[in-house]
Amino acid sequence: MIRIEHISKSFNGRSIIKDISATFETGKTSLIIGTSGSGKTVTLKTIVGLIQADGGNIFYDDINFTQLDIHGRKAIRQQIGMLFQGSALFDSMTVEENVIFPLNMFTNMTMKEKLNRVNFCLERVNLPNSNKLLPNELSGGMKKRVGIARAIVMNPKYLFCDEPNSGLDPKTSLVIDKLISDITKEYNITTVVNTHDMNSVMEIGNYILFLFNGEKRWEGTNKEILDSTDVELDNFIFASEFMKEMKAISHMEKKS
Amino acid sequence: MTFFYHFGKYLLMLKGLVKRPEKYSIYWREIMVQMVSIGIGSVAIVAIVSIFLGAVTTVQTAYQFTSPLLSKSIIGTIITNSTILELAPTVTCLILAGKIGSNIASELGTMRISEQVDALEIMGVNSSAYLILPKIIACTVIIPLLIFISGFLCIYSGLLVGELTGVVSKQDFMNGSIEFFIPFTVFFAFVKTVTFGFIISSVSSYYGYYTEGGALEVGKSSTKAVVVCSVAILFADYVLALIML
Repeated sequence: MIRIEHISKSFNGRSIIKDISATFETGKTSLIIGTSGSGKTVTLKTIVGLIQADGGNIFYDDINFTQLDIHGRKAIRQQIGMLFQGSALFDSMTVEENVIFPLNMFTNMTMKEKLNRVNFCLERVNLPNSNKLLPNELSGGMKKRVGIARAIVMNPKYLFCDEPNSGLDPKTSLVIDKLISDITKEYNITTVVNTHDMNSVMEIGNYILFLFNGEKRWEGTNKEILDSTDVELDNFIFASEFMKEMKAISHMEKKS
Repeated sequence: MTFFYHFGKYLLMLKGLVKRPEKYSIYWREIMVQMVSIGIGSVAIVAIVSIFLGAVTTVQTAYQFTSPLLSKSIIGTIITNSTILELAPTVTCLILAGKIGSNIASELGTMRISEQVDALEIMGVNSSAYLILPKIIACTVIIPLLIFISGFLCIYSGLLVGELTGVVSKQDFMNGSIEFFIPFTVFFAFVKTVTFGFIISSVSSYYGYYTEGGALEVGKSSTKAVVVCSVAILFADYVLALIML
């Protein structure tokens, strides 16, 4: 479980996130949603410690991450897997070398054991026989899947995904969403996903945190989100005129 | 103020490198990869530059020595000493600052903006040590070797051009080279190349590692790295000359 309490962050005097608190439970896929510039990525990077919070506390299973020294943070980070927006695969390495990298760095497994683990992870993300390909030979969706394989290769307790569907077509997005959701349940990990994709929200959002102008505006589940009365959340979900009309029709049908 | 800000940040970056590596074998392999990449990748440019440096310097030196009272062997002395003291270590390192420096800065800058550095940090890897330390070690080992090759080619091309153009015979050139050869200059050149290797790798790593923004900023970092490396090499050259000679 990850708990954030009153975290805030400013850059050059400009407040980006303000007093955000939330709890992301184990075995569930939690989503941070919001429009571009609402502070989603800063929130995610603050939780993992890539950005230092100005105030507030971040707890990883009751360990206060914000008060840990560099060694303590390293220990927690070795339990974290992260999928970046652009996948962040190492360009000079093959798929296999990318996925095996954390194992090489932090384990004393034999090469055979490491390769077995890599192959297992690549099969888990439906990318068998792609070991020797370079990142520039992969499509956007394949890169994301290699990113997920690398993120889970160390059996993480916590998985973070920053815009996993950005640049992907709706069908591939659903595949990635399902993969993240399945892995979360299968390995009982705490997953936090940054997204502004409404398909993801409805598909995998066990818990949803809506940010608006850097503030927590709404929280709930994917079942509750459509019935929300929050104006900003409504504007975010039903952004187009078409969606607004669909909502109005749906309401009229419910009333009649 | 900007200078002190960058210099302080640069020193902090260097301090961050002196930490126990996560796994020695990985760092060792990375050092070897960098040595091959920097060394093999730079041999051609070093050879071309050195051959022409030696050839041109011989012809120009001979052009200035028109008096029949001066022994032709002095050309060999001048070429050898100027190669060991300045041409091979300094001029070649300025060329290498352009090639290796821009390469390191753009590689690290691209890794930074594409979140590969963040990915390393998230894994619990000391990203600065993993990415920068092998480059510094590789440069401080390989650049002196490249300069040795450069010095040899520079003097040898001078000797060959002298013979081919008839400005100085092989024998006179060799006599001049050996007669006034001071072994300490080789040690001085070695100290210079190790220092320049450190400057090229660390300064360009600094500009690459702390790149912020996008593709445009990677280009700017690369340019800044080359400019600052070149100025730092010239400054260090002067300081070392004052201290050691």
